[in-house]
Amino acid sequence: MALPAALGQRSSESHKNSNQSFAIVSFKWDHVKEPYIIALWILVASLAKIVFHLSHRVTRVVPESALLIVLGLFLGGIVWAADHLASFSLTPTVFFFYLLPPIVLDAGYFMPNRLFFGNLGSILLYAVIGTVWNAATTGLSLYGVYLTGIMGELHSGLLDFLLFGSLIAAVDPVAVLAVFEEVHVNEVLFIIVFGESLLNDAVTVVLYNVFDSFVAIGATNVTGIECLKGIVSFFVVSLGGTLVGIFFAFLLSLVSRFTKHVRIIEPGFVFIISYLSYLTAEMLSLSAILAITFCGICCQKYVKANISEQSSTTVKYTMKMLASGAETIIFMFLGISAVDPNIWTWNTAFILLTLVFISVYRVIGVIIQTWILNRYRTVQLEIIDQVVMSYGGLRGAVAFALVALLEEDKVKDRNLFVSTTIIVVFFTVIFQGLTIKPLVQWLKVKKTEHREPKLNEKLHGRAFDHILSAIEDISGQIGHHYLRDKWSNFDRKYLRKILMRRSAQKSRDQILNVFHELNLKDAISYVAEGERRGSLAFIRSPSTDNMVNVDFSTPLPSTVENSVSYLLREKAGPVCLDMQALEQRRKSIRDTEDTLAHHTLQQYLYKPRQEHKHLYSRHEIMHSEDDKQDKEIFHRTMRKRLESFKSTKLGINHSKKLNKIHKRDRGQKRRNSSVIPNGNIPSENPVQNFALKEKDLEFSESEENNDYETLHLGKGVDFLANVTKQNFTDAPAGIDNPVFSADDDQSIYMKFSPWLSSEDTVVPSQRARVQLPYSPDNFRRLTPIRLSNKSTDSFLLADGPEDRPRSFLPESTHM
Amino acid sequence: MGSAHSVPAEMRELADRTGFTSEQIEHLHRRFKQLSQDQLTIRKENFDSIPDLEFNPIRGKIVHAFFDKRNLRQESDGLADEINFEDFLTIMSYFRPIEMNMDEEQLDRFRKEKLKFLFHMYDSDHDGKITLQEYRNVVEELLSGNPHLEKESARSIADGAMMEAASICVGQMGPDQVYEGITFEDFLKMWQGIDIETKMHVRFLNVDTIAHCY
Repeated sequence: MALPAALGQRSSESHKNSNQSFAIVSFKWDHVKEPYIIALWILVASLAKIVFHLSHRVTRVVPESALLIVLGLFLGGIVWAADHLASFSLTPTVFFFYLLPPIVLDAGYFMPNRLFFGNLGSILLYAVIGTVWNAATTGLSLYGVYLTGIMGELHSGLLDFLLFGSLIAAVDPVAVLAVFEEVHVNEVLFIIVFGESLLNDAVTVVLYNVFDSFVAIGATNVTGIECLKGIVSFFVVSLGGTLVGIFFAFLLSLVSRFTKHVRIIEPGFVFIISYLSYLTAEMLSLSAILAITFCGICCQKYVKANISEQSSTTVKYTMKMLASGAETIIFMFLGISAVDPNIWTWNTAFILLTLVFISVYRVIGVIIQTWILNRYRTVQLEIIDQVVMSYGGLRGAVAFALVALLEEDKVKDRNLFVSTTIIVVFFTVIFQGLTIKPLVQWLKVKKTEHREPKLNEKLHGRAFDHILSAIEDISGQIGHHYLRDKWSNFDRKYLRKILMRRSAQKSRDQILNVFHELNLKDAISYVAEGERRGSLAFIRSPSTDNMVNVDFSTPLPSTVENSVSYLLREKAGPVCLDMQALEQRRKSIRDTEDTLAHHTLQQYLYKPRQEHKHLYSRHEIMHSEDDKQDKEIFHRTMRKRLESFKSTKLGINHSKKLNKIHKRDRGQKRRNSSVIPNGNIPSENPVQNFALKEKDLEFSESEENNDYETLHLGKGVDFLANVTKQNFTDAPAGIDNPVFSADDDQSIYMKFSPWLSSEDTVVPSQRARVQLPYSPDNFRRLTPIRLSNKSTDSFLLADGPEDRPRSFLPESTHM
Repeated sequence: MGSAHSVPAEMRELADRTGFTSEQIEHLHRRFKQLSQDQLTIRKENFDSIPDLEFNPIRGKIVHAFFDKRNLRQESDGLADEINFEDFLTIMSYFRPIEMNMDEEQLDRFRKEKLKFLFHMYDSDHDGKITLQEYRNVVEELLSGNPHLEKESARSIADGAMMEAASICVGQMGPDQVYEGITFEDFLKMWQGIDIETKMHVRFLNVDTIAHCY
C-alpha cells in the first residue's frame, strides 16, 4: 500500500523537477524510511543475539530476554539522547498482529500433544481459576490499600483497579517460553506452566474486555445482567476461539493433502491458514491466541504426515525463525518503550504493592489449586514443583500491550498503570528470570533428560497404552486411557482417511517413525564417517570387537524367511561404530590409492550432467536432477547387466571362472585364511583406472574378509555367496532373495560405472559381490525392512518411489 | 471366596493384600459379577462380552495375562482355566498408582512387580526369556491395528528392537556369542531411567462409572 503512494510521490516530484536535469542518483530517505527502520531494528536485535552468545558465561547466567530488555533500554536511551523523541515503542497493533502470532503458532505446532492433553485438566484449572483468582485478588487488594490512603490521590475507582488486576494477572506465554526454555525443568512442570500461559488468554481477554466496558459505562450502570453477560462471554470467547482454531486446523490439514504438485508453496499454507485462524478469531472478538494455538495443536499430526520432508523442514525452521525473531523484537522493544518520560508516573506504594500482591497471590493460588488437583492427579505435584510454578508466573508483553491499549480519557490513571506494568514485566523477566535457574538447581527440580528415542521404549509404551485401556475396559471405568483409546480409534477410522494422503496413512505410525528415524541416523553416521575417511570402503566392516549378535536363526518356516534371518545375522555386525577399530583398519588401507580411486570415480561419474543443477526455477527445486541421474545410471546398469548375461563369450568365461574362484574363496573362508590374492581381477582388464579401482576394492575387501572369517558366520556367508552366484549365472529359479542381489549388483555397477567401458565389461570380483563396500543395506536397521518380500522388484523400486513409504527408499545410495 | 467378601474381615484382608480401598473393591466386585454373570469365577469367554476390548490389538495377550498363574501366585506356573474374584483383584492391583507414602524399597518392589507383569505377557512360553520369536509376535500384534503396515515391517521392527536390546543389555559381544533373548534382568536394565509408575497405572475410581457390557 506504500507503493502507489510512493509512485505518486515520485511522479509529482518528477513533474516538479521536469525543468531540471535528470538526476542519475538521488537520495530518497523518506521513500524507504519505514521499512528501512524496521529492517534495521530487526538487524540490530539479531546482531545483539549473536553478541550475547559470544560469551557463554553471560548467557548461562542471564536469560536472553533480560539481556534484550537491557539492550532495548540502552538503545532507547541513545535514541532519546539523539533527538529527545521517543519515536519507537511497542504498539499493541504491531504486537498483536505481527509479533504474537508466530510465537503462539510455534508453541501450538510443536506442542507435545500427548503431554498437553494428559495434563489438560490441571492446565485448565490453573489457566481459568488461577487467572481469575489473581486478577480479583490483586485488583481488590490494591483497591483496599488505596482506600487506606497510602497511595495518595488517584482518580480510579474499584473497576479501574479490577481492570488493572485483570491485565496484570495473566502469565505471559512469551516470557514463560523464553525463560523456561533455558531452564529445562521436567516436562510435566513445563507443560503446566506453559499451557497455563497459553490458555489463560481467553480469561484475560474476557476480563479485560468486561472491565474495560464496565469502566466505559460507569460503575453505577453495572448490573447483575452485565456480570452474567461477562460470564457467558467467557465461554463464548474461549470455546469459540478453540472451535475457530479446530476449524482452521481441519481446513489446513485438508489443503495440505492436495499440495503434491505445488511443493514449493506447501509450507506457505501452514503459515497463512493458521494466521487466518488468528485473524478470524480476532475479527469475531474471540480468543485469537486460543484459536491459533489449537490450530497448531490439531493440525500438526496431519500436516506433518502430508507435506514432504523438505517442506516439513522448511516449516520447522521458518516457524522457529519467526518465533525467535518475534520474541527478540518484543523484548528489545519492551526495553525501548520504557524510555519515554511521557508515560512515567511514579507511585512507589502502588508499584511496590502490585509487585508484592502478584507474587503473594500467585503463590497462594498455586498452593490452593495444587492441593485440589493432587487429590485427582496420579502424578502428584510436589512442593518443589509448586515453588517453581509460583515463581515461573512471569508477566510479559501481553500485559504491556493490553495496558498500552487503554485510553487516557477513560482510565484516568493510565500512565500509572503503564509504568507499573513495565516495572512488573521488567521485574519478573529480569529478576525472576535471573534467579529461576539457580532456584531450580538449588531445589533439585527434576529436569528433562534428553534421551535418544529408543525402539524398545516406544514399543513398550504402545503396549502400555493398550494394556491400560484394556484394564479400564475390563474394570468398567471411563478414564483417561479409555478416552484416548476411543479417540485414537475414531482418528484412525475417520479423520485420517479424510485428512491424510493415502501414502501417509500407510507409513504413518509412531513406532515406524522412530524406526525410520533411527535408520536415518544410522545411515547418516555411516556416510559421515565414510566421508571423513574419504572413502566409503570401510562401511562393510563389522569389526569383531563391537559385535552384537542376536540369534536370528530361530526356526522359521519358509526359506525366504530363513535367508532373511541369516542376512540379518550377517548384518548384525556394525551396530556401533568403534572409531578405534576403524582407525586401525584405516592404517592398513593404502590411502593414496584410495583417494586416487575416489578421484577417478568422481571424474567419470556422470559429471557432465551436473550443469543442469544451475538452472533456475521459481516453482521447483531442482533436486530431482540427482534422482534422475541415479535412475539413469541404474537403468543403464541393469541393461548392461542383462546384456552381459546373454552369453557373450566373456560373460560365460567370467561366470565360470568366478564360480571357481568363489568356491575356492569359500573354502578359504572356512579355513580361516586371510588375504585373497588379486586373482579375482580379470586379466584382460585394459583400463588402468579400473585396475586401480579393482585394487582399491581388493584391499578393502580383503580387509573385510578378515573380519568375516573371524565372524565365522559360515551359513550366512554361504547363503550370500549362493545368491550372488546364482544371480550371476542368471538362474532365476535359484534366486532366493532377488531384492538383495539386485541391490547388490546395482551398487556394484554404480561403482564400476560400466557405461564407461566398451564391450569387455569389467566384471567385479566375486568378493565385491559378497561384501560390498558401498551399499546402504548394511545399515543395521535399514536392512530388515528393505528385505521385505514386497520390495522384490528393485526396478519398481527405482521407478515408482511414490508408491512406497518414504522411509524405505534407499536414499542413502544417492549421495 | 468371591461372594464371601461381604464379610468385613475378609474384605479388610483383601484390601490389605491388594492395596485397594474397600470402596474400590466393592466396585470391582460389582464389575466382576457383571462379567462373570453372577458366577464365582471368570472364564476367558467372559471377556468377550466387553465390547470395547474388541478393538484392542493385544487383546489376546491381555486376557491371557489374567489367567497366567505367574501373575496370580508366586511360585507357580501354567494357565488357570478360571479365576475368582481374588485373582481378579490381584491382577488389577498391578495397575494401582503409586502412593505418596511409599518408601524407596516399596517403590522398587512396586516397579518390579509392574514390569514383571509386562514381562510375563511377552514371555509366552514361560521360559524366562523373551526370545526373538516372542518379541516378533508381540510387535506384530501391537501393530496389527494399522492395516497398512505389513507383517514384514513389524518383524523388522522387532528385529531392530531386539538388536537394540542386545546392545543395551550386553554391550560388546564376542563374535561367537549369541544373544538368545531378553531375560528379566535385561528387561529391568532396559527400563532404567524411565519412570514406569506414571505409565502403568489406572486410576481406580471410587465412584461408579458407566460399565457397559452385553
